[in-house]
Amino acid sequence: MRKQLGIAALVLASGLVLTSCSADSGEEGGGGGGAELVIWTDAEREPAIRAAAEAFEEESGATVTLVQKNFEDLRNDFTAQVPTGEGPDITVGAHDWLGALVTAGVVDTIDLGDAAEQFEQVSLDAFTYDGQLYALPYSLETVALVQNTALVGSEAPATWDEMIQRGVDSGAERPIAINTAGETGDAYTMYGLQTSFGAPVFVQDESGSYTNEVGMGGQPGEAFAGWLHENGSAGTGYLSTTIDYDINNELFNSGQAAYTIQGPWAISSYADVDVAVNPIPSAGGETAAPFVGVQGFYLSSQSDNALLANEFLVNYLATEDSQRALYEADPRIPAYSSLAAEVASDPIIAGFLASSQNGVPMPSIPEMGSVWDFWNAAETQIINGADPSGTWNAMITELDGALAE
Amino acid sequence: MTITERAEARRGSRPGTTRGFSWGFVVKLLLMAIVNAFGLTVILSAYRAESWLVLGIMVALLVAVDVVYFTKRALPLKYLAPGLAFLFVFQLFTLGYTGYVAFTNYGSGHSGSMQQAVDAAFIQDEQRVPDSPAYPLTVVERSGELGFAVVVDGEVRAGTALEPLAEVADAEVGSSGAPAEVPGWTVLERAQVLTDPALQEQVVALRVPFSEDPEDGSIRTREGSTGVLYSSSLQWDEEARTLTDTETGLVYTADDRGSFVADDGSRLATGWYVGVGFENFVRAFTDAKFAAPLLQVTLWTFAFSILTVLTSFGLGLLFALIFNDPRIRARKVLRTLFILPYAFPAFMSALLWRGMLNSEFGVVNDLFFFGADINWLGDPLLAKLAILWVNLWLSYPYWFLVCTGALQSLSGETLEAAKVDGAGPFRRFRSIILPLLLVSTAPLAIASFAFNFNNFTIIYMLTEGGPSIPGAPNGIGSTDILISAIYAISGVAGGTADYGLASALSIIVFVVIGVISAIAFRQTRKLEEIQ
Repeated sequence: MRKQLGIAALVLASGLVLTSCSADSGEEGGGGGGAELVIWTDAEREPAIRAAAEAFEEESGATVTLVQKNFEDLRNDFTAQVPTGEGPDITVGAHDWLGALVTAGVVDTIDLGDAAEQFEQVSLDAFTYDGQLYALPYSLETVALVQNTALVGSEAPATWDEMIQRGVDSGAERPIAINTAGETGDAYTMYGLQTSFGAPVFVQDESGSYTNEVGMGGQPGEAFAGWLHENGSAGTGYLSTTIDYDINNELFNSGQAAYTIQGPWAISSYADVDVAVNPIPSAGGETAAPFVGVQGFYLSSQSDNALLANEFLVNYLATEDSQRALYEADPRIPAYSSLAAEVASDPIIAGFLASSQNGVPMPSIPEMGSVWDFWNAAETQIINGADPSGTWNAMITELDGALAE
Repeated sequence: MTITERAEARRGSRPGTTRGFSWGFVVKLLLMAIVNAFGLTVILSAYRAESWLVLGIMVALLVAVDVVYFTKRALPLKYLAPGLAFLFVFQLFTLGYTGYVAFTNYGSGHSGSMQQAVDAAFIQDEQRVPDSPAYPLTVVERSGELGFAVVVDGEVRAGTALEPLAEVADAEVGSSGAPAEVPGWTVLERAQVLTDPALQEQVVALRVPFSEDPEDGSIRTREGSTGVLYSSSLQWDEEARTLTDTETGLVYTADDRGSFVADDGSRLATGWYVGVGFENFVRAFTDAKFAAPLLQVTLWTFAFSILTVLTSFGLGLLFALIFNDPRIRARKVLRTLFILPYAFPAFMSALLWRGMLNSEFGVVNDLFFFGADINWLGDPLLAKLAILWVNLWLSYPYWFLVCTGALQSLSGETLEAAKVDGAGPFRRFRSIILPLLLVSTAPLAIASFAFNFNNFTIIYMLTEGGPSIPGAPNGIGSTDILISAIYAISGVAGGTADYGLASALSIIVFVVIGVISAIAFRQTRKLEEIQ
């Protein structure tokens, strides 16, 4: 008897708890028009996207849910979750993920139509893979030479040697600080100097797209390696693996370093000094071409709301108002041409813009994923005094081997 | 209450509790109601998401839990059930899933199903017809079949997936420029299309041929208000599992490695994951690329965990012995101070040490090595020493605590007897204190070994595994232990991902730790015989 009573009570209580729970979820789901757009974003862009999303919600009656994640986690989470159906409809992302995302089959193509003309060609090119556009671009970024105007003025040095000379003359503790991410190595920051020796990471074909042929071997590559060695711990010591991002910014902000090579994201760390931004000087004779990165919005290939997502991207985010809001939330060089021209009146932005005009888009081919580890490690070893040509050529061989698989 | 009364109460046969529910029973009922409600919610959402495995497991768990708590049998299970349920959900499930992934090639380029790879191939292949204008478009419907109505050169044309676009007489164009009324068709409002996910899916998938000539391409819409001509040259044959490119004539066949490969060796970018048997396990040992670095990593993992346990146990014991001596003043204060490193979060201490060990800006070189330029974190050997040192700093307080406790519980009489027999301090330590101490601390040492075997935090925070081993894949470095090497291989942090291999290695690590712990625990039983 007691047992039956117990079970009856249990069923009743479960039912009560269950209905109270489901009543809640019912309200959540039933509020909008049924369609829900999920967008992944990082913290910096969240407010700007929210503004565009609110306007969109009002007009379309759909619900827009923003999910905030670390920018570094977005690529991996997106690749892992889209195939399971748990992914978002849209995510913020960088253009160099494109090759990996296409190989994983998680991104859809988009068609900007007439709106495409409003964007900088380089930003559209960066998001184009095999002739197809895969994302709505919104910002460009690149590293440039940042200089302490109190120490070395705002004039751009033309060559590395000229810059070092000015840095030494300024009396600063070290002429330049370059982040090597500590012992990890940072080939990204160093790339402008590398290209000034004519050693691009991958060879570009006539149309400018990257092939999977490694371009940094041979004589130019060895010359760059030799230069790293000369300026590393075995030589002048201007390059050092003791410098990570924070130390780099501390050295520059305290006036201990006259120059640094950094991106727009680091400018806010230089509150104590007056800075000027210029293109990176040439160390090897050719133009220093740093990597240009483009950020944009990717569309999931498994989106349940593809129409709505396209509508949001093309008709809401690809407008000047939304692009301006994005710029104001996180000031990077806009990919929207008219906006870029407008913000170039800011000398710092203009400096980064000038640097990006010398630059090349970071390769987005999937092979790029295999490069960084070998590349960073070789640079670190050479800066720490390893035999330059031997280490560099060994790295090229290993890289070729890894890419051949 | 007498003993018999208490026993009766426990059995629930005490008069007075049988008539109504006791408070305990009410509480149990409430708790079980919550558990059942939660379980049912999961089951319902699993049903809705059509994940039958989760549904099955949840039903079994829920039934098991109810049986355990509402029958009089299985008393021990009443205590164990919550633990077992959590063990099952959070441990066995993860373990099972890792085991499953270990037998697949899940990773870069193989991350979805074959159907998703086919979808991706179509997405990548379908190109906008050059110079195609954008036609104002309306989604229309006729006898249950979806179609598009577009405005071409001022006239309204409509069609479906099977019927190419044909002119519709007397149609009206709305203010937006798109067809507003199309005789013979029902116009679907744009708002309706945008808010219905099922309808959206159909509209996005719909391709309406522009004319009888397939060369002209088909109208597709991406956002529901404009149509653009697209053409695709791929054909999917589900029976034969082949994708045919009608333009180049290449036939891509699904191979058993999860890729579409053509006869000339070219393959489509997107693959899917498939089972590969024991390949990942074999590869960890035989692939020259991985075998050498992984052997080095394995040896260092053992060296790291054994040396960490030995050094920290030694130092902790030494301090415990010293501060157990009543002659030392302010013992309590000193003990507290020595335990401090244990009180800080390990990852913060590791980051702090990383800064202090910086060869140029760190205080270690400045203060203790006369400003010498010793690259603690950049030299393979020094980096290993640095890791051992920092881990010693982090873990000796634990052993200090444990040994202090164990020392204080040693029987004074035994020590007194040894003293009377003329044993010196060293002899007493070696023959009495240490053996007795090991009885209680040896199992902890094994646990500490197992913990350090997987001590990801210190490696990641201090050196990130670096400096890297020249030529090792995925940036595997000379201070990487197995778990951090697995992290690098998994590609979670970037680069190329190989979840299959990473999972296989995790399982090997699990087995290794399991076997070592089992053997070691067996050995410690011998120590207990001393007592």
